[in-house]
Amino acid sequence: MPARVVVLGGGVGGTLAANLLSKELGRDVEVTVVDPTGMHVYQPGFLYVALGQANGRWLSRDERLLLRDDVRLAIDGAKRIDPAAGTVELARGGSIPYDYLVLATGARLVPEQVPGFVGAAHDFYSLEGAQRLREELSTFRGGRVLIGIAGIPYKCPPAPVEFTLMLEEYLRKRGIRDRSEVTLLSPLNRAFTIESASKLVQPIMERRGIELATFFNVETVEPSAGAVTSLEGEKAEYDLLILVPPHRGQTVIEESGLGTNGGWIPTDPATLQHRDHERIFAIGDATDLPISKSGSTAHFEAPVVASRIASLIRGTAPEAAYGGRVMCFLETGGGKSTVLRFDYEHPPTPPKPSRHWHWAKWLFNRIYWNTVPQGRIPEWASGRRKR
Amino acid sequence: MSTQTIKSLDFKGLSCPMPIVNTAKVLKQLDPAAVVEILATDPGSVPDFKAWCKATGNELMESSEESGVYRFVIRKKG
Repeated sequence: MPARVVVLGGGVGGTLAANLLSKELGRDVEVTVVDPTGMHVYQPGFLYVALGQANGRWLSRDERLLLRDDVRLAIDGAKRIDPAAGTVELARGGSIPYDYLVLATGARLVPEQVPGFVGAAHDFYSLEGAQRLREELSTFRGGRVLIGIAGIPYKCPPAPVEFTLMLEEYLRKRGIRDRSEVTLLSPLNRAFTIESASKLVQPIMERRGIELATFFNVETVEPSAGAVTSLEGEKAEYDLLILVPPHRGQTVIEESGLGTNGGWIPTDPATLQHRDHERIFAIGDATDLPISKSGSTAHFEAPVVASRIASLIRGTAPEAAYGGRVMCFLETGGGKSTVLRFDYEHPPTPPKPSRHWHWAKWLFNRIYWNTVPQGRIPEWASGRRKR
Repeated sequence: MSTQTIKSLDFKGLSCPMPIVNTAKVLKQLDPAAVVEILATDPGSVPDFKAWCKATGNELMESSEESGVYRFVIRKKG
């Protein structure tokens, strides 16, 4: 009888883990992906949508078409997980039994946790948010633009910096830069958490006249005053406010008692196993690992989880381990990008922004659909560092 | 010095900037001059807490390290 593997979530990590398991074990495994929408969304594209450089159609595909034929897809929500019984209760009724469970459930945006956020602040962390922001920007005639972070942890840590640089370029192209002030509100005393990346980006911001407000952790939005206040007691006024919404783990994780504070899954950093349940693994944004929540993290974790589960099914000792590998491109504007490659032990040493990395990002965005979900990863894009 | 109760905050395993942001959230709820102890494992928290205290006016009373765990004692601005 084939082993039963259930994967919750059809994003980068879930799709890749499902395909790799099915490819490796063939008839010895029965893989089912459970996803509430059945659509696979390429989230790195949201910021291009907000700036009018891409549309939603380019960012979404039918999950069925990305999965191998022998992987089952259930378009349904997961309501509750029972680790003792080894079952997942589904939103539309019934339940699926599993021998191994992969939690690739991602993060949930909870803008309502910040007073005043909903209705006053824009975001580019969902397709709907990015589309609303595009509309707003198309009629924007200049003014004070604030870009800030309303909760941590959040997905794609470089995104606020990247968006700020791209937005400044957008305003220049629109001819309204001289009527605008662009300010990045940072939780720390630098533009970005990673020191080496901050050193690279801050001079670029200075040259472009982008202000940096330090130690500004957004606490509330006051729409009537057109202002945002920080935990540190500061206040900043805006005409256009763009915030990263707070994130949490999914409700199914919290309600099944599988998460820690914030709904994140307590995960072993190397084996990616749930800390309390040996038959449950976690991938991507859903984990509590002290590493970037990003598609590339999920992309590099999925083969580890697939390999470990395959070994357990075969009855051999699992050997694959995750070393914390992450790779992020960072657009700096003017057709240039840099790249951040790092792992648990090695902080990144980003190269000077160049056209080379801009085109690498451009190409990666285009080949994604035919490479990453299927496990056909080009070596240049794998983030391996030469040492 | 009105309050001397030490509240201990365990931020071990959290990466930057979470220890700072979580500390800011907790201090906000406390009385002026309240003292908190913070435990963290992110090496970046050493310069970050120093700079954060300087910028916000809270007092960094102690900063030490023992077998990979950083300990900070901060008194909220009075």
